[in-house]
Amino acid sequence: MSQALQYAFSGVTMGAIYAVVAIGFNLVYSTTGILNFAQGEFVMLGGMIAVTYSRFMPLPVAIAAAVATTAAVAALIEAGFIRRLKRHTLLHMIIVTIGLSIVIREAALLIWDEKVRSLPFFTGTESSSVRVFGAAISPQTLWVLGTVFAIVAVLHVFFRFSLKGKAMRACSANPQAAMLCGINTSNMRTLTFAVSGALGALAGCVISPMTMSQYDMGTSLAIKGFAAAMLGGLGNPMAGVAGGLIVGLAEAFSVSVLPAAYKDAVAFALLLCALFVKPHGLFPERGSIAREA
Amino acid sequence: MKRWTLTMTLLSGLLALASCRRDTPPAGPEAAVGEPIRIGALFAETGPASFLGAPAARTARMLTEQINAEGGLLGRPVELVLRDTGGSPERAVSFARQLIEEERVVAIIGPSTSGETMQIKDICQAAHMPLISCAAAEVIVNPVASYVFKTPQKDSQAAAWIFKTMNEMNISRIGVVSGNTGFGNAGKAQLEALAPEFGIEIAASEIYDSRATDLTDILTKVRGQNVQAVVNWSIVPAQAIVARNMRQLGMDVPLFQSHGYGNIKYVEQGGEAAEGTLFPGGRLLIVDTLPDDHPQKAPLAAYKKAYEERFNEEVSTFGGHAYDAFMIVAEAIRKAGSTERSAVRDAIESLQGFVGTGGIFNFSPEDHNGLDMDAFEMLTVRNGRFEKYSKP
Repeated sequence: MSQALQYAFSGVTMGAIYAVVAIGFNLVYSTTGILNFAQGEFVMLGGMIAVTYSRFMPLPVAIAAAVATTAAVAALIEAGFIRRLKRHTLLHMIIVTIGLSIVIREAALLIWDEKVRSLPFFTGTESSSVRVFGAAISPQTLWVLGTVFAIVAVLHVFFRFSLKGKAMRACSANPQAAMLCGINTSNMRTLTFAVSGALGALAGCVISPMTMSQYDMGTSLAIKGFAAAMLGGLGNPMAGVAGGLIVGLAEAFSVSVLPAAYKDAVAFALLLCALFVKPHGLFPERGSIAREA
Repeated sequence: MKRWTLTMTLLSGLLALASCRRDTPPAGPEAAVGEPIRIGALFAETGPASFLGAPAARTARMLTEQINAEGGLLGRPVELVLRDTGGSPERAVSFARQLIEEERVVAIIGPSTSGETMQIKDICQAAHMPLISCAAAEVIVNPVASYVFKTPQKDSQAAAWIFKTMNEMNISRIGVVSGNTGFGNAGKAQLEALAPEFGIEIAASEIYDSRATDLTDILTKVRGQNVQAVVNWSIVPAQAIVARNMRQLGMDVPLFQSHGYGNIKYVEQGGEAAEGTLFPGGRLLIVDTLPDDHPQKAPLAAYKKAYEERFNEEVSTFGGHAYDAFMIVAEAIRKAGSTERSAVRDAIESLQGFVGTGGIFNFSPEDHNGLDMDAFEMLTVRNGRFEKYSKP
């Protein structure tokens, strides 16, 4: 029993990390129709910048500053590169964002170096854990889960009740109509990138004590996060959380019966099966299906 | 294209001729500057294996400067031709070809990973290019290829040290976890081959992705087998993660690591979870506590001091392997009195009693590693530092 619970905790730990990346994917996709493969790099930047700042200021301030810096970088990227592209199909944008992710990664290698860094654990230490029915979970995992749910809650309120959030949703549903209503769609796009950069950076900070931060951590996060987003249903932030947790749990429980080497294969096999049955993900967002055709 | 190749071959042939001719005249004032001696180096300065490659590359650069400041080799300056493989075997292969065919180096030191080394072993052998690998796997020098050497201690010796210590601690049922790299696979094979000899049962054996960031699932499985100790065999940051996850899970059995643990950064990342970790390692890591009359004390202390002052980071086993490789090539060139590859190879093979960071090297035609069991000490982590393990 405690063994099964331990696998579940392990799955939730990984799943929460995939989920935060998936939220970033979904956020950008739902407002701009862009699949931003540099999302993993925002996570990396958040962690790395926070580690650097934390030498000069207390941890919470360093994290806030890192989030703000990464949001600025993301906004600059949008304003500098993506805004200038007149013609953008989904495929163009994928290539552009993959290119950007490589540039950010190499820049990080130059700014910092190849070494692995990490923030201190927010509560407790490397070896502390919380016991639940004989299974152990790191306090940092609870921080990650808490952050994920806080992000989801805040996003929900933002999209539903604030004017800016409604404007973003309008851009997503119909850019032309939104423009006719006086919404500056380009600025909305920049704002979306800034928000997704901030979310990525926040995720990068909370996971840094557990997974450690390194200049090239973004790629694998982007792949798993994308899988989670696809599984949940592109464009729906809440579904990204479900997708992330399902991928994480599937990986963890696959280890209990199969050699651990097949972990990734199981996660992706599951994704393929799910997409055969429900091509738009488990919880598709109604608005975004139309655009995919 | 064909003509280009021909021109290049002719040109490089001419260059080789020119450099050969410059070797022959007796050392005059002119020869002191002379054509530089080119030593090739392949290290993963970036990428997942940068833990190994970056200190190695730094070491090679530092030693080149040191040797040049002391007047070079055979009165000629030394030029380091360093290529960053990023830890990828494909890049190691193409850079090795480049060093052999275009740069025409005297010898190649590195790469740091076993996977890369095995990819270029045959290439170097066929081109008669001395290769002094800084990677650990035993397959590099067993079977022996006449031009291929390696400086790190063999993984079979590391496994034997681990099992020997387990016997002393009355441990007989263990779990093995290893990374899916050349080093991890080779180590796992050695552990499985040697375990029966020491009366040890491997109750669980798991392989994980070398980029894994959380290993609680695998360790949960290992814990379910009621093991008395866990051995982790990998070269990646996962070494720190295993320690953390074990303590988080409340596993209090001893954790053994491979000789790839010899970088204090793994201890820093493991934090208090790394305390008590056991692993076989070279004496470079405990040079401060070595007795003054130990033959390795003086050269190790000198290297440690120079490296740490220059790069402001603690010396690691992996930089040490590059130190050994570089110094062996330098010593062989001095001994051979020429930069001809076959002469350098012969000089390396007959090198005896060479004191390096990994131990005291005695090469022979059958042994291209040159280290015995005595090269290792069983080390442990106490108060965030490495120290020699002694039975409590």
